[in-house]
Amino acid sequence: MITAERKPLEELIEFIRPYKRILLLGCNECVTVCAAGGRKEVGLLASGLQMALLKSGSNIEIRQHTLERQCDPEYVEELVPMLDGAEAIMSMACGCGVQQLAGRFRDKPVFPAVNTKFMGASERQGVWAERCQGCGNCLLGVTGGICPIARCAKQLMNGPCGGSTGGHCEISDDVDCVWQLIWDRLKALGQTERYLDIMPAKDWRPAGGSGPRKIIREDLAE
Amino acid sequence: MEKFEPVIVAFCCHYCAYTAADMAGSQRLPYPANVKIIRVPCSGKVDALHIIKAFEKGADGVYVAGCLEGDCHFKNGNERAARRIAYVKNYLEEIGIESERLEMVMISAGMGQRFAQTATEITEKIRALGPSPIRTATAL
Amino acid sequence: MKTESRLEKILAAGHLAVTSECGPPRGALPDKVREKAKYLKGVVDAINVTDNQTAMVRMSSLAASTIIKQEGLNPLFQVTSRDRNRLAIQADIIGAYALGIDTMLCLSGDHTKFGDHPMAMNVHDIDSIQMIQMVRDMRDKGIFQGGAELKGAPKMFIGAAANPFADPFELRVMRLAKKIAAGADFIQTQCIFNVEKFERWMDGVRAKGLHKKCYILAGVTPCKSLGAARYMAKKVPGMDVPQAIVDRMASVPKEKQAEEGVAICVETIERLKQVEGVAGFHIMAIEWEEIVKEICEKAGLLPRPQV
Repeated sequence: MITAERKPLEELIEFIRPYKRILLLGCNECVTVCAAGGRKEVGLLASGLQMALLKSGSNIEIRQHTLERQCDPEYVEELVPMLDGAEAIMSMACGCGVQQLAGRFRDKPVFPAVNTKFMGASERQGVWAERCQGCGNCLLGVTGGICPIARCAKQLMNGPCGGSTGGHCEISDDVDCVWQLIWDRLKALGQTERYLDIMPAKDWRPAGGSGPRKIIREDLAE
Repeated sequence: MEKFEPVIVAFCCHYCAYTAADMAGSQRLPYPANVKIIRVPCSGKVDALHIIKAFEKGADGVYVAGCLEGDCHFKNGNERAARRIAYVKNYLEEIGIESERLEMVMISAGMGQRFAQTATEITEKIRALGPSPIRTATAL
Repeated sequence: MKTESRLEKILAAGHLAVTSECGPPRGALPDKVREKAKYLKGVVDAINVTDNQTAMVRMSSLAASTIIKQEGLNPLFQVTSRDRNRLAIQADIIGAYALGIDTMLCLSGDHTKFGDHPMAMNVHDIDSIQMIQMVRDMRDKGIFQGGAELKGAPKMFIGAAANPFADPFELRVMRLAKKIAAGADFIQTQCIFNVEKFERWMDGVRAKGLHKKCYILAGVTPCKSLGAARYMAKKVPGMDVPQAIVDRMASVPKEKQAEEGVAICVETIERLKQVEGVAGFHIMAIEWEEIVKEICEKAGLLPRPQV
């Protein structure tokens, strides 16, 4: 999923200070799962903003709504009747959702309420960790299902570097050395000879090196 | 200015603190009428949103009363509640509400005395803190 | 001979090679480079010029290498993949060779987290092994990494680093094998304090015949003080300084510690000379370049052979 974290309240208050009526929008997808921008977080933020502004003597109207998916134009269209009178939109979706709104409602300011972080997986309740960088040419098939691009601090495709210690990365004991993980996994799979294959310099074009990326499915596209 | 009477919301777990409140009543132990008790099936059921809404609606203090450590009827609902309270305390500070206005307490079903004492102590603490800034701002 | 590198000539002639290093200054101070290089004149066969070492901004390794070259010494141009992408690295390699620099070391580089610009982006377009491949192809095939023909191929003698002390130990010989397969001509190792562990690593190296495929220069560092020994033991990732070394430094009074550090270093060199497959020494006297001559003298590495 795409993970996110709410921005500090102070920053959000600065965004909306000039307005009297705003629409606060959550998203039912990834940001709901990582407890950053779902229906509940919309409620918490609306109350928090309301109270913080009240303290500084301003009273604003915050309407709340949560879309099934903010990154999808079909759902964004639902908002049209709701926008009447709203001077600005604050989105708790990832950056994709925010841009979808900004693209659709050109005359309304749209502010992000969260910082979009990474594509990750849940390690345990309440803990999410980066797993994929969307490099566009998946090499998990040859690295034992563990990604050195997303999980090595130096993105080494032929690691581990000389800083791997006791299974940890040199940057922090809280970070696993991904090449230790890859090696352990190759051993478990009986594929240790794979380690000796030199992975050639990566073509970064599919990773975004040739500009913003797009997928067009001719059979589906209208 | 007239005497400030704080409004305090106490979310009480059905299996412990709520029963303790009953006991305090049947033993005729006095505790302040400021405390409004809301019965919940487990302290772990109390959501951040419930707490924040209580403050938004004008509560001067909120506390969540769960079972003693290790005694949760649902295994660890009280530990979860404690972590959530710590999280909401930070959020309150961000909003500009003193985090001392929110507490987690642990009370067993048999502790009628402790229930009454906690209710009194928290009421006095909040009385000393004065009205919540939200209540003050709303009154203006 | 693949190149005109003096280091290659020394090694090919079967002499024990000696290299040392010079960290460029953190400012436009060319005289500082000359001063450091002066201590190494006639003492070593090549001088490693570090590339923003420990991720701190310094005079570029290319500029400092050039100054050293102008002084009539042999720079060993270090390049990390941390700060530049493949375009910039290739451009610098061609530039370096055009300025008479013919020996280089390919590294991934310390993470920016440890330096004075932790907010900077780590580039890592390619890793150190891919860099070795790239330089070899530039030299031997006369092509750029992108495949286009290169006129005036840089004939670089290609070095790489190896750390026998990092984990997992069982991968350390295999990773060396990958570097050699990629095209490394010589290797400089991490500082050796734990000689037993280094010997075990060399057993693995010889078992695969890797010492016959490339020259291995054993890295050594003199401890200037007890504090330095402790720092390396505790704070530097991938360093293995046994307690016995720290204790030995602690056993002498403060004013004698530098002397003790030199003695340990010389003893280490003497012991490493007995290890089959060690082709020379890389003496890293960090901010203590003036001591290298004394170490070389005591270790019987002077005078340097003429080739």
